[in-house]
Amino acid sequence: MNKFWSRYARNRGAVIGLVLLGVVVVMAVLGPFLTAQDPWRMVQRPFLPPFQDSALPLGTDALGRDVLSQLIHGARVSLLIGLVSTLAALAIGVPVGAVAGYFPGWPNDLLMRFTEFFQTIPSFALAIVLLMIFQPQLHFVVLSIALVSWPPVARLVRGEVLSLRRREFVEAGIVQGLRHRHILIHHVMPNVLAPIIILASLMVATAILLESSLSFLGLSDPNVMSWGYMIGAARTALRTAWWLSFIPGIAIVFTVLALNLVGEGLNDALNPKLNRGDA
Amino acid sequence: MSLLSVTNLTIALPKGADRPHAVKDISFDLNHGEMLCIVGESGSGKSMSANAVMGLLAEGLSVARGSITFDGQDLVRLSEAQMRTLRGRRIGMIFQEPLTALNPLMPVGRQIEEVFEAHGMLTPAARRDRVIDLLTEVGLPDPSASARAYPFQMSGGQRQRVVIAMALALEPAILIADEPTTALDVTTQAQILRLLDDLRRRHDMGVVFITHDLGVVADIADRVLVMQSGVIVEQGAASDVLLRPQHPYTQALLDAIPQLKGMTDDAPVPTAAPLLQVKGLHKQFRSGGGWLGGKPRVVTALDDISFDLQAGETIGIVGESGSGKSTLGRAIVRLQDVDRGQVLLNGRDMAALRGEALRHDRKRVQMIFQDPYSSLPPRQSIGKTLTEGQVAHGTPIAQARDRAAAILDRVGLDAGSMSRFPHEFSGGQRQRIGIARALVLDPELIVADEAVSALDVSVQAQVLDLLAGLKRDLNLSMLFITHDLRVAGQICDWLIVMQKGRIVETGDAARILNMPSSDYARGLLAALPGRDFETARAAARV
Repeated sequence: MNKFWSRYARNRGAVIGLVLLGVVVVMAVLGPFLTAQDPWRMVQRPFLPPFQDSALPLGTDALGRDVLSQLIHGARVSLLIGLVSTLAALAIGVPVGAVAGYFPGWPNDLLMRFTEFFQTIPSFALAIVLLMIFQPQLHFVVLSIALVSWPPVARLVRGEVLSLRRREFVEAGIVQGLRHRHILIHHVMPNVLAPIIILASLMVATAILLESSLSFLGLSDPNVMSWGYMIGAARTALRTAWWLSFIPGIAIVFTVLALNLVGEGLNDALNPKLNRGDA
Repeated sequence: MSLLSVTNLTIALPKGADRPHAVKDISFDLNHGEMLCIVGESGSGKSMSANAVMGLLAEGLSVARGSITFDGQDLVRLSEAQMRTLRGRRIGMIFQEPLTALNPLMPVGRQIEEVFEAHGMLTPAARRDRVIDLLTEVGLPDPSASARAYPFQMSGGQRQRVVIAMALALEPAILIADEPTTALDVTTQAQILRLLDDLRRRHDMGVVFITHDLGVVADIADRVLVMQSGVIVEQGAASDVLLRPQHPYTQALLDAIPQLKGMTDDAPVPTAAPLLQVKGLHKQFRSGGGWLGGKPRVVTALDDISFDLQAGETIGIVGESGSGKSTLGRAIVRLQDVDRGQVLLNGRDMAALRGEALRHDRKRVQMIFQDPYSSLPPRQSIGKTLTEGQVAHGTPIAQARDRAAAILDRVGLDAGSMSRFPHEFSGGQRQRIGIARALVLDPELIVADEAVSALDVSVQAQVLDLLAGLKRDLNLSMLFITHDLRVAGQICDWLIVMQKGRIVETGDAARILNMPSSDYARGLLAALPGRDFETARAAARV
């Protein structure tokens, strides 16, 4: 664990990313206790600029709602969607990739053609179509994001399993008469964990962006406050009240940046072989 | 005045390594036309010393003390740019694996021309002529055709000749060869050794030859330098060091070389029914072709292979790469399906089993794998590795653990190893665990595929001892696949010599190793490095 941390900490950006991410997570977890404001309640005159009223440091939106409160509640939704949809995408992608990589015959052909079918459709367009079909509710948003983001997971896992399959310890397992399921789960998959974790950290970032884009278009759940929704609602007032788009925009940029930095740091820490001068 | 002079060279390792210095206070000289062998086991620092001379230390390593004098200048103090003009032009290098040392996408002649280009020498036409000269000199057949060939179209030995031609291109004063024949078959190795020996005499080159193989040292070295844990423990003329070693480590290394055994008369008596009967095995590999057209490449790996193995007997399968010996072993443990033929184990045809019946019968034949670093599941404790097979065949877990502990004890590891992970063990210990894994299922037959080839010579001797002991105590029946005739002679009762998928000779191990009847086996024996030395050593002992 210590070794892991020292390799992680060698990447300065990754530490900054972790701190940024920590701030966002703390904000999301503790936020509702810090601000009693309901993000939907009108509290002041509309378009109050930031830093005018000490009770409302970030001002109000077009309907006179507290922007800080919206930002904090939005953090919860954005992180939740990012996390849950990534887990769901892993739940589809990991088994598909593992089976396709381990059984090179028809299971591989079948599963990979199926994966390619999803990959050929632009993911954002597919997400829009899916949400048109489903109801605009939070769990459907999560499902749509998961359904468009699992193919890269399947590809990655398949590649890793494909190369591990040739290793002698897999053959040793076969010779001992172990079942393929046992070999795949106990011998092969633990070695694929590191690349999956790294990819997952980046997928959370992509999912947050995707959700923001969807709610910007008004396709997300209108009953939950998210950063994308804030930007979408403020875009009509972009010229008169630019900060209403700018503030949640900055929040998205920093969160996604933090997740990417963390992903890179995890890559350094979990793939020590790729490090230069670590021979 | 010596050509190269290394004085008190010390290379520091980064903090946290297993020792503070990769090499410590080493000093040696190299003369014109001299073949200096640096010999040692893995981790002894022998490659590191050579890399320091080339100025090619890995990042994080640096020369802490000492000097490397060549051409009147200290190489340690030269800048990277100055080093670059020396490299190739004055000091050439040959690597272990010729396939990775060559660019796969460029004809080899072009790659040699690049060497001249990099140093801005000769006109394009002159370069091409020089390439042909070089390829002729290293003994490649039809040099102008060879120059147009891509690396993948050549054999391992031919590729190594190209690499040597590249190193020779600028007529360096020093040639550094880092295990240049380790990846080659024994007959190819003999040819390359002869070529190197010939070239250094003709060009009056000093050669630093790094190897782990004392047989090779005995054949070619003028002087020997023995390294252990980064220190030179002994150096001197080859004949002195090898026949009258002063240091106990050199002595131990020499003793660990398997001896070709003399004639014995303990040939096993055939019992009524053999344990294993292999009948008419055939296997062809096809690649290429397909629906895009083109002729598929067909390689016959097994061509009508038949033999019997008695209970308690060890049969060695020897041959060079491509002989089909590994395919045969894999076919018997059913990691490879065959086209036709039978593998009868106590009368039951293993080759015909499918699905659940096969899985159930797999425990009857177990395998010891070559690479101790990749044959154990890396993220699983040894205890789990040794019990899961038993559990899969219905043994209760407590009983399985008891048996695993007992077997571990038998292979020389304590029961506390059960809770540890593979990376906590050395190569030799891992191989012991691999052997324990094969034994734990109480198989009728064990197939060992190059089981000691990846190990250092002293560890190899220990593992061979272990196997010999197990064979005696447990009456093990074993198929021992190896490219090393000396190792085969140590452990096998009977030998099968394979070439290009066919059996060319079978017979009592001692008989084949002393009086082979086939030309191929004779060639293999003649190519063994260090044969004269062995005779000399045997004579010195008496």
